[in-house]
Amino acid sequence: MGDHSHGSPDDSGTVAKAGTGTLDKFQDPGLPPHRKRLADTDPHAEKRAERQVALLFIISIIGTLSFFIAYFVLGRPENISEIRVQNAMLGLGTTFAMLGIGIGIVHWAKTLMPDHEISEMRHEITPEADRKDAEEIINQVIEETGIKRRPLIRNTLIGAIALAPIPAIFMFRDLDRTGKNAGEMVEQLRHTMWDTDVRLTRDPSGTPIKASDVQIGSVFHVIPEGLDEAEDMLNEKAKAVVLLMRLDPDKMEISEGREDWHYQGIVAYSKICTHVGCPVALYEQQTHHLLCPCHQSTFDLTKECKVIFGPAGRALPQLPIKVDANGFLVAQSDFHEPVGPSYWERG
Amino acid sequence: MSTTTEYTPKTSTGRIAHFVDQRVGGSGIVKEFGRKIFPDHWSFMFGEVALYTFVLLLISGTFLTFFFDPSMAHVIYNGSYNPLRGIGMSAAYASTLDISFDVRGGLFMRQVHHWSAILFVAAVSVHMLRVFFTGAFRKPRELNWVVGGVLLILAMAAGFTGYSLPDDLLSGNGLRIIDGVVKSIPLVGTYISLFLFGGEFPGTLIIPRLYSLHIMIVPAIILLMVGIHLFMVVVHKHTQYPGPGRTNDNVVGFPVGPVYAAKAGGFFFIVYGIVAAISGLLTINPVWNYGPYDPSPVSAGTQPDWYIGFVDGALRLMPGMLGNFSFEWNIPFPWGVNTLSLNVLVPALIPAGIMFTIMFAWPWIESWVTKDKREHHLLDRPRNAPFRTGMGVAGVVSYCVMWAAASSDLIATHFHVSLNDVTYWLRVLFILGPILGFVVARRIALSLQRKDREIVLHGRETGVIEMSPEGAFSERHADLDVYKLHTLVNYEDRKVIPAQPNAAGHISRSEKRRGALSKFFFEDRVAPVTPSELAALKAEHGHGPAEIEGSSTESIEK
Repeated sequence: MGDHSHGSPDDSGTVAKAGTGTLDKFQDPGLPPHRKRLADTDPHAEKRAERQVALLFIISIIGTLSFFIAYFVLGRPENISEIRVQNAMLGLGTTFAMLGIGIGIVHWAKTLMPDHEISEMRHEITPEADRKDAEEIINQVIEETGIKRRPLIRNTLIGAIALAPIPAIFMFRDLDRTGKNAGEMVEQLRHTMWDTDVRLTRDPSGTPIKASDVQIGSVFHVIPEGLDEAEDMLNEKAKAVVLLMRLDPDKMEISEGREDWHYQGIVAYSKICTHVGCPVALYEQQTHHLLCPCHQSTFDLTKECKVIFGPAGRALPQLPIKVDANGFLVAQSDFHEPVGPSYWERG
Repeated sequence: MSTTTEYTPKTSTGRIAHFVDQRVGGSGIVKEFGRKIFPDHWSFMFGEVALYTFVLLLISGTFLTFFFDPSMAHVIYNGSYNPLRGIGMSAAYASTLDISFDVRGGLFMRQVHHWSAILFVAAVSVHMLRVFFTGAFRKPRELNWVVGGVLLILAMAAGFTGYSLPDDLLSGNGLRIIDGVVKSIPLVGTYISLFLFGGEFPGTLIIPRLYSLHIMIVPAIILLMVGIHLFMVVVHKHTQYPGPGRTNDNVVGFPVGPVYAAKAGGFFFIVYGIVAAISGLLTINPVWNYGPYDPSPVSAGTQPDWYIGFVDGALRLMPGMLGNFSFEWNIPFPWGVNTLSLNVLVPALIPAGIMFTIMFAWPWIESWVTKDKREHHLLDRPRNAPFRTGMGVAGVVSYCVMWAAASSDLIATHFHVSLNDVTYWLRVLFILGPILGFVVARRIALSLQRKDREIVLHGRETGVIEMSPEGAFSERHADLDVYKLHTLVNYEDRKVIPAQPNAAGHISRSEKRRGALSKFFFEDRVAPVTPSELAALKAEHGHGPAEIEGSSTESIEK
């Protein structure tokens, strides 16, 4: 006995062929007999379960009281560690208050309430007779409206209903609160605060940067001068932030037309990722890579911030810079292309 | 109404009850629901967790609205959290700090709200997996499956709109990503972004707008959907797992009053207790560490809330450039050049789109392939539907690869491996993982079915080792009791249904496709043991294990 070979697929019917008879089935033995619990037969166990449930409810009462202790005795916390303690105590008080009730009720249900499973028949969701009645009613309703016989009413109603919600869509036009027309709305994405002779200043202090301050290996987070006074400061900042670094000019691959965009190896690139717009905040000075911490797009600084890894599909825009009469770094102009994530009208 | 003497209640409770009954028909409701039967199983608990965490969200969220100021007006913080004093920020962020530090129990309520949200989406997801793997979505419950899917999407929408409200650095960068994704949509994307933010990103309108979505529109739709969902549960009556005495025509379990109501009601308090413990002891979203939103800084290693992870991961997996080929296309049209950012559009829309489409359509796909239009109230054990279990696992693997990709940087830093390699491997897994998942899960299910057959045919192991006269050792097996046996043999035996010709004798192309899928799904199958098969095996052996223990065998003899 216990010969297992019959269970393997090769010599028995384990892997059945299509068409094997389905009438040959085991009969349903019906519900298994009910087994009594300890509390059903032993009065001591029943009493014990009763006391356990009551104890759990008492634990809940203590939990609620300890919530008040945490709330009033600890009072108004002065510092973050006191807040942590109060938060933990409020939490634990609530925990005991709730678990006491919850576990108590469930324990009550499991040990003391009847545990006989009951069988109930399911009913047809829609008996055929009901369906017929419903069909007749609907037909009668349609007949009484006469909508089938009066296509003029039907068609004009369809037209009116189709048209009526359209104003609701147009109502959303002024979700844009700038008052610009469609062309201007898109056009604003092309421009930033940078312009001829706008100074590069440190973020967030706003102090201007001398070319001599920028050493090889250092990185400056840059905002345009006057950003603090800008009307929509955050909107302007979201487009205008720039990273400023210095490279060995011999290591730079410079394309035609950009020869004078840097100043003695000092280069400025948009900090807004061309992928979906996170700040490209990490500069790996050894490899001259810029890395976006959101989705890991990596740009090679020596190759005009060409994408070398990650989901970005386009190099970071470069800000052409020069030095003014006082030795401060200034922009030659705005960016020559829109910064940040691509959009349909970018072109 | 009949003319019998009118009932007069004797107690004051009775008088109140009678008053209400006479006006709203309470007796009918009690008659209908008071002893309604609900089947019991631990896996039915996930839906309850979802419902209860949603209740917690409503309660804690309402509390938070009394203190939160959804405004992006610039204020100088002057509250009790010293490190941020004197710093300019939005009123939304400042009021979030006030809730955390200057409203007693405010931090606790914030944490209850955030943890409940995380649990809510998790519970909805696990509940849907339970429904999928047990086949509970089959007729007549297809529409309720769709409602469940809509609820999953709404849960994520509720989560994301709420996540952004504190206007901290982390959530602000999350919005920035949304802005970038929206802008990649052809034709309308730029305008959707500009309308959403009321102009350029970030503007001063997005927080109040998200707020009205978060506290009114999304929860109202969720409530409506939950109502529809539960109404349909009542109409259909709950499914049950197969077992002795449980058929497609009955429902076996405990009556609502008192047992089921006590268990389900008590369970609400247990869920709240657990959420309270987590919220008391584990910090979630400490916005005071992140600082107010500023478009320039960003912290490395930041993660979205878990349920948004799979979209963020998909964004990371997509390569923007292959060599010198960019997935950002500038397409010349007669009116000018337009930009199509496939590197953003494809990962943001396609994987989630495919996943949700298959998910929503699955009940119809399955009934089409199996030609099964019957009502099903008995669940499948997942092993007894190997094709479905395989498909489900494929979906889960594909989701999890994207989800893991959202932490690619943390995987790299924690395990000291190259970030680029992690991404390359996840890209490979994204393609191969689901296929492997399907094959392996299906094989495991088939093997478990074989094991069930084995147990039915040879009985259970008794642990008694016997030595035969020849000196061979073997373990004595005993017959299964009829109840256990019934559970192991009573399942739906799905077979290949080859393509069928239609009335005109023609086999349509879609029918051919259906036939091929049917073959793919059901070519390998394990049939349930039949009584005649068991009887034949016993006859062959001469003495069945039944002789060893006197358990009943009449029910398994035909």
